[in-house]
Amino acid sequence: MTVDSTLLEMRSITKTFPGVTALEDVNLVVRSGEIHAICGENGAGKSTLMKVLSGVHPHGTYTGQIVYQGDEVRFSNIRASEQAGIVIIHQELALVPGMSITENIFLGNEPRRRGSIDWKAAQRRALELMEQVGLREDPDTLIKDIGVGKQQLVEIAKAFAKEVKLLILDEPTAALNEADSQHLLDLLRGFRERGITSIIISHKLNEIAAVADTITILRDGRTIESLDVKADGVNEDRIVRGMVGRELHSRFPDHTPDPGEVFFEVRDWTVRHPISTERLVCKGSSFTVKRGEIVGFAGLMGAGRTELAMSLFGRSYGVYLGGRVFKDGKEIQLRTVAEAIEHGLAYVSEDRKAIGLNLLDDIKTSMVAAKLSKISTHGVIDQVEEHRVAEEYRKSLRVKTPSVDEGVTKLSGGNQQKVVLAKWMFTDPDLLILDEPTRGIDVGAKYEIYGIIQRLADQGKGVIVISSELPELIGLCDRIYTVFEGTITGDVARGDADPELLMKQMTSTKKIPTP
Amino acid sequence: MSRIKDLQKNLFGGTTSNARQFGMIFTLVAIILLFEVWTGGLTLTSGNLIAVVSQYSYILILSIGMLMVIVAGHIDLSVGSVAAFTGIVVAKAMQEFSLPWPVGILVGLAVGALIGAWQGFWVAYIGVPAFIVTLAGMLLFRGGNQYIGNADTVPVPEGFRSIGAGFLPEIGPNTGYNNLTLLLGVAACVAVVWRELRARQTRHEMQADVAPVWISGLRLVVMVGVIIFATLRFAGGRVGTSLPISGIILIALVLAYSYYTRNTIGGRHIYAVGGNARAAELSGVKLKRVNFMVMMNMSILAALAGMIFVARSSASGPQDGLSWELDAIAAVFIGGAAVSGGLGTISGSIVGGLVMALLNNGLQLKGVGSDMVQIIKGLVLLLAVAFDVYNKSQGRFSILGSLMRPFRRDDPGQPLDRSLSTSDTDKAPIAG
Repeated sequence: MTVDSTLLEMRSITKTFPGVTALEDVNLVVRSGEIHAICGENGAGKSTLMKVLSGVHPHGTYTGQIVYQGDEVRFSNIRASEQAGIVIIHQELALVPGMSITENIFLGNEPRRRGSIDWKAAQRRALELMEQVGLREDPDTLIKDIGVGKQQLVEIAKAFAKEVKLLILDEPTAALNEADSQHLLDLLRGFRERGITSIIISHKLNEIAAVADTITILRDGRTIESLDVKADGVNEDRIVRGMVGRELHSRFPDHTPDPGEVFFEVRDWTVRHPISTERLVCKGSSFTVKRGEIVGFAGLMGAGRTELAMSLFGRSYGVYLGGRVFKDGKEIQLRTVAEAIEHGLAYVSEDRKAIGLNLLDDIKTSMVAAKLSKISTHGVIDQVEEHRVAEEYRKSLRVKTPSVDEGVTKLSGGNQQKVVLAKWMFTDPDLLILDEPTRGIDVGAKYEIYGIIQRLADQGKGVIVISSELPELIGLCDRIYTVFEGTITGDVARGDADPELLMKQMTSTKKIPTP
Repeated sequence: MSRIKDLQKNLFGGTTSNARQFGMIFTLVAIILLFEVWTGGLTLTSGNLIAVVSQYSYILILSIGMLMVIVAGHIDLSVGSVAAFTGIVVAKAMQEFSLPWPVGILVGLAVGALIGAWQGFWVAYIGVPAFIVTLAGMLLFRGGNQYIGNADTVPVPEGFRSIGAGFLPEIGPNTGYNNLTLLLGVAACVAVVWRELRARQTRHEMQADVAPVWISGLRLVVMVGVIIFATLRFAGGRVGTSLPISGIILIALVLAYSYYTRNTIGGRHIYAVGGNARAAELSGVKLKRVNFMVMMNMSILAALAGMIFVARSSASGPQDGLSWELDAIAAVFIGGAAVSGGLGTISGSIVGGLVMALLNNGLQLKGVGSDMVQIIKGLVLLLAVAFDVYNKSQGRFSILGSLMRPFRRDDPGQPLDRSLSTSDTDKAPIAG
């Protein structure tokens, strides 16, 4: 085993999207035969970097140099990088559920004999590959009939079929249970013995500390540091410090919080995944919200924050298994979205375009969509009133548009978000759940959104903010719950909240006593 | 220059501001003028116009329901069969039990509602795609028609025939015209003027830009002119003829459903479901109920269309309603609805239906065979939608966009507007 020669070097990679610099002068050095971990908060640029490497963002759309096996390479698409032996396995597996294991392993790479597929050879080769990744199944089994853990192994076998030299795994264990994760990590160690290099992107810092040789930390699209795990004696705390070590600027409007009594309480909320019957996305979660309080929910992607919010909001996600909700001391039922709205709940989704807005609508139609009854008599909409209401929100939220008759697609992200906020403010909610309210929004608009959230709290409404950006939660919230794998792992008051403490609680089920 | 822009923006901007419909109105006028010249003035004679209305009113009635189905993101292939099935049930019921004809109509509507509830149940509550449910319905109810009628024709009584073949009575002094049709025409003119004034006032209340007075005036002159012309034609036919009863039913339905889709919560919800079902659901729209109601409504209208057809041909037969679904669907898409749902208007579908009807009629007047008629209709449907798809993919919005480009410097950016009963204000894309 040699870990001296450099397999891959990415030199000062800069990648910009319209309006955003995703990567700035990023460097990555991967030695031959090592397990290299890339860590960073959501949006730090990890995935973008891997997309640059694998040719998803082809040469010419970024600046910088990629040197692979001693030569500069310029991949124009994924196929080119795969031919060079770089294979990326994404979090969402790219398998065809209705095809067998063999068929999936050789999809697009079928062994041929005289023009037709040589299924015998494929079968034989598939068995070899499955042996290598420790997958014991009949190769004719359909993908949909095996678990996520085994599907992951099929993906890796598929990569091996392409003679992989550098295997990239994006959040490989996010969807796996403990045993499957362990197996996968063992497998990676086995590959290292055989000289195959792996890059692993993961939020599970304990796994990274256990398996990686080198760790590169990205933050805000820049390389922060590269750590040698053994030599530097790296542990989880050390990684966390690298990930969050950022100054909190005064990016928030001045605000004096004035929370009142607890008015909203959830007890033992338990929900399972809509398809996978064993996976619980909320495991007996309990929490409270006070009037006029801004409560944050911190957690990494896939921790179950959105699932918690949507399942509360009229059971819009997963299968409800148990739990009770109290408002003003009385138990309430939230079986449908209409009921939830009736009880004063509002949910602003994390994905405005996919599920938050009807993109065919104009601004005023969108703003009143969640409570048309308020501007109607006997089911007939008063269009003068509709226009008046929309104008009012346009002015008070400062939506930048010449007219509320404009289509919502013409607005920028920040202004679209204001329209969605208006839509839910119009329902007169007592509790607003805002899921990633500033995602994809520029700094100026963020400041305005923060101001709106604070005004809502000052009106005595409870506000829940779900965010992947810790500084945002720390700057905005009066109290922060941390969530890890469907469990609420902490309840941190404003004064105690610091990024390291939160990050620790977001990456471990162990409840850490708040100081 | 700016006047042309104002005109384009405001003249037809009232109920049908979707630019595609504007293009379709051009096309409709062009087709009428083409055939008027080509047939030596036959197209716009009283007799022919009356024939067109009574011959195509049931397709247009279907396209009202189909528009709502398509806006909600579904399709209904069963309408022809449902129409035929209802026709035979009603004809049989009146023959066997000698029901009075008004009761027969109620029975027909009830049959439509039942069938609609059946199809709506599968689509909304079980989640079977409407394409499949109504494909099954197409077979089911065609077979049902032949089973009940023994694959034979069943005549209907005289009174029943009035909804398909009837005319307004001749009353009052002899003016040389059908007086009731004249009255309807006057009422329509008054309504149009009143609505324009209301619309201006509403814009005023909203403190939005009001279209220049000359635009309103021009729009009124054009619309009143068209109404007067049509009134005189329909009233001035052979003695004993007028605007057909089926045409009056059609107009009433168009007005009612246009109002419903534009101005009510229920109508808004149909567009919301078609535009983004998940977003609608998360806004408290009862998805299943909307889907159920839309499918049920379609079958009720199909039942009505079936009865009007039976009344017109004075008997119900096994071949009634054959391929009506295709005509109705074509009308809706020519009229500007989006295949993916969420977009389209009743008035657009009616214009689309009229384009097809007048094309059909004109070609028949010229003695063109049904083979060529079908080929031409197929091409028109394909080209109308292809033009629009192409223009959208080029970042423009419509046929009109490309027609008007030489006159215009700014980005057309016509909004996908349907809910507005008044003119649009200035459009400028917003960035930032």
